[in-house]
Amino acid sequence: MIGVIAAREWRGLFLSPLAWTLLAVTQALLAWIFIILINDFQNLQGRLAGLEHAPGVTDLVVAPLFRVAAWALLLLTPLLTMRLLSEERRTGTLDLLLSAPVSATQIVLGKYLGVLIFLLGVVALTALMPLALMTGAALDGGKLLAGLLGLSLLAASFAAAGLYLSSLTAQPLIAATATFGLLLAFWIVDAVGAGQGIASQFFGYLSLPRHHDALLLGLVRSEDVAYYLLFSAAFLGLTIRRLDNLRLRG
Amino acid sequence: MLAENVMIGEILVAVERLSRRYGETQAVDTVNFTLERGQVLGFLGLNGAGKSTTMRMLAGVLAPDAGRIVVNGADLLDQPRRAKQAVGYLPEQPPLYRELTVDEQLHYSARLHGLDRAASRQAMARVKERCGLTNVGRRLTGNLSKGYRQRVGIAQALLHDPPVLILDEPTVGLDPVQAREIRALIRALGQERGVILSTHLLPEVQATCSHVQIMRAGRLVFAGALAELQQRRQSTCVRIRLNAPPPVADLARLPTITRVEELGGGQFRLHHVADVALAPIVLDQARAGGWELWELTPEQASLEQIFVELTLEQETVA
Repeated sequence: MIGVIAAREWRGLFLSPLAWTLLAVTQALLAWIFIILINDFQNLQGRLAGLEHAPGVTDLVVAPLFRVAAWALLLLTPLLTMRLLSEERRTGTLDLLLSAPVSATQIVLGKYLGVLIFLLGVVALTALMPLALMTGAALDGGKLLAGLLGLSLLAASFAAAGLYLSSLTAQPLIAATATFGLLLAFWIVDAVGAGQGIASQFFGYLSLPRHHDALLLGLVRSEDVAYYLLFSAAFLGLTIRRLDNLRLRG
Repeated sequence: MLAENVMIGEILVAVERLSRRYGETQAVDTVNFTLERGQVLGFLGLNGAGKSTTMRMLAGVLAPDAGRIVVNGADLLDQPRRAKQAVGYLPEQPPLYRELTVDEQLHYSARLHGLDRAASRQAMARVKERCGLTNVGRRLTGNLSKGYRQRVGIAQALLHDPPVLILDEPTVGLDPVQAREIRALIRALGQERGVILSTHLLPEVQATCSHVQIMRAGRLVFAGALAELQQRRQSTCVRIRLNAPPPVADLARLPTITRVEELGGGQFRLHHVADVALAPIVLDQARAGGWELWELTPEQASLEQIFVELTLEQETVA
């Protein structure tokens, strides 16, 4: 049942020009950044050759590319998730789901998976660019995989937050704006201070990109993975509650 | 299709003390009723009487504040999936995804109700045939006319062959020919299932329903067979034409008369208490008074009058 809902959601994305446009724009921007990074790397190559433990192509091209891709995901996800539940409430199609023999959990997970698969597609397309380098350069496979894991976890977190905010309103644009605001807040939450106090450590832990940075360095720590999984699970749980609540409030 | 041993009279929906508030307004107030297999139950009422709210609760879209709904033997709160599997629901707005074609929409709905691919294909062919959708399978639901959208909505409710159908204003937006087809369809469906439909149109109730429930301000003010409602139409009015009419006051003095309306041209409408045969009294008096009675017609109250009486009567009591 989750699969049925996810499949419709995923196919529905491709039936709207929005998803295609987002894919095209993201891909074009990332390709541009990629070319610039390669160019920089070629200019640096001469000087790097003399260094011991010099950073490789993975550190100088792939990691910065993924950092930009994370930003792209931050901008793109709210636009993809905004309609998930708000549009269904606005047009009344939610009644079809609520009157069908499926639970709120199945509805929420189905919608989540549908959009997540799309976002993983974006991540996969991003991965194609560094993979193209394999033909002429030695890539650090471990670091590449860790970076991709990081992007996927970020996408999962963004999608969960977007899904929740989409359940709060019947207006897609409000959902998108709120999602963007919330994600940005989690992005810069560690800017309050980089001190050693408990508060800064706490805010540092909350920050979305901090956990991503470690993964970009090739460090897969359970602490970071757990953070993203908890982040996603929390918002999915809230969405399920919210959907049950909608039935009560009418 | 349904099992061979369809039991007419089997209780499909039982509603006990159902209540629902929206903020300060009591939308549905301790409503009790049952629906049996073979019944087509018409929900009547003015706007805001609580018809749609009741139907939304029956479909499991809205949670009741109090009360119990049992559908096909399964409690809607304790076993929501079993109960919902037994219900086909058409909301006021047919729930259609604008960007899907009719076929895609129906297929999705069938899958949501647990039909596998093969069963879904069969079910789609069946309901498209029944609802006159065979030629529009490839069109986007968003581009269909209101009437066709309504038909897709009904087809969608029929896909998983539920024993209970809940249709919120099924013929709204249909042209008269389409409306007649849909009414015939509902009558046919009602023979082997239980159907609940809401409507503003009294002729529709007369044409399709076996039972009627009238709601006012969240309460049931009448529930019974259509025939019972029609019995209430016993005439309490007689129209007469007199060639030499007496003063109105003389007519008003006749026994059992409650009110006299003068219609002009020697015509009068005499309102009298129920269960009295007025004709002999009027005849006697006319002969005695030399009024020259030319016409005497008992007037039947229309369903509409009964409906208005029932919905307004209650207002003065409350």
